[in-house]
Amino acid sequence: MSQNIVVIGGGPAGIEASRRLRDLGYTPLLVEKEPVLGGHLARWDRLFPDGVEARSVLEPMLQDLDGIKYFTDTEISSINRLKDTWVVKFSNGLSAQVRAILMTTGFDLFKAEKKEEYGYGIYERVITNADLEAWFKSGAAPQFDHVHTIGFVHCVGSRDEKAGNRQCSKVCCVTAVKQACEFKEKFPETTVYCFYMDLRMFGRKFEDLYLKAQKEYGIRFVRGRVSEVSEDIDGHLFVKAEDTLFGKPMKIKMDMLVLMAGMTPAADTQELSRMVNILPGEDGFFQPQSLVSNPCTSSREGIFFAGTATGPKTLPETLSEAGAAALAIDRYLKTPLK
Amino acid sequence: MIDFGYGLTPSATLRIEQVSNPAFEELHQREPDVVKCIACGSCAASCAAGCFTEMNLRKVILSLQRGREKETLPMLRHCMLCGKCQLVCPRGINTRHLILSIGKVYGLEETGL
Repeated sequence: MSQNIVVIGGGPAGIEASRRLRDLGYTPLLVEKEPVLGGHLARWDRLFPDGVEARSVLEPMLQDLDGIKYFTDTEISSINRLKDTWVVKFSNGLSAQVRAILMTTGFDLFKAEKKEEYGYGIYERVITNADLEAWFKSGAAPQFDHVHTIGFVHCVGSRDEKAGNRQCSKVCCVTAVKQACEFKEKFPETTVYCFYMDLRMFGRKFEDLYLKAQKEYGIRFVRGRVSEVSEDIDGHLFVKAEDTLFGKPMKIKMDMLVLMAGMTPAADTQELSRMVNILPGEDGFFQPQSLVSNPCTSSREGIFFAGTATGPKTLPETLSEAGAAALAIDRYLKTPLK
Repeated sequence: MIDFGYGLTPSATLRIEQVSNPAFEELHQREPDVVKCIACGSCAASCAAGCFTEMNLRKVILSLQRGREKETLPMLRHCMLCGKCQLVCPRGINTRHLILSIGKVYGLEETGL
């Protein structure tokens, strides 16, 4: 009988790591609290930098779950150390005694309504990046008529000490540029603005996408953080920012505003950290042994991490880390017990 | 070296390497957050005085860091200490304390505070 390994979180990191562990001869027990596997990826339409469909990545993964026991709508009730093993109790009544647990608990999207000055949840025409993806994915007709001007607000809940998130969420810059191009493609008459503090186009072909946004789509980039948004009686939005390169404040009338909500530590991180007696980092994400050379191992025996549980990452980074975590677990389990 | 006449004129150049800035150091002592600014411009965009005057806190901070205080300190005269910049600053800078500290360090007459 092959050895069980508990994988907590059924997003791309959890699914990919489970497949790799299965290939190495283990039986992963993949636990997901939502009704379906796939995490945020299941709700996303297209992926940067080339605009491939999210489902073209996720579906082949979901069709390859043989040998993986997965439980949806299931949470972790308790985790206890017993000699060299961990005893994990699930909310569905099952339990497992394993030597290794992999935390692939991912991230929560920043709750944009916390930035009250941007009016999410107050003004109808202020939406988030996730709302826009859901709309693109649904293929439904536009929610609003006559969108002549739309703005994308970068760094919503990222690089923001007051919102409790000092970190850069890493993926929102390129996501905003991707969504801006998509919007312009669907509605060529619309004037599209991006309000940014820095454009962090770090990945391969990201800079190309930025160049395309400038040259082919005519996206207007404004270097300045949006400070506040107000609404007139007809529902138009008035967006205030400083054009910091020009050095003058500006107020632009917009028909729609998209807030690029960033990545925050998953709400369950605290509770799971307590269960396995590991302190999360100061930023609330799980703390690996080393962010450079040991990103998948924790300070405790048999507890491993992969994906955005340890901080903002792109999807390819998450997938390769899932593979790395599977190998780290394999090496750990093949090392004889002291 | 031959001077071809295409060099930078000193008046048009920022001589950042020559900035020796004891006043800025004193300001930094009083309000350590002055070095935390990421120049996002939220303060300038939300500034109640910024629509009508040259007041721009982002520019004030930058010019102090670059040793160009004379050009920008008069901006502060227009500040009404309403505190909107403090509400929107993503780095959580205590802008009120910063502005009052600038007034103390650089002289009240200069800033009008």
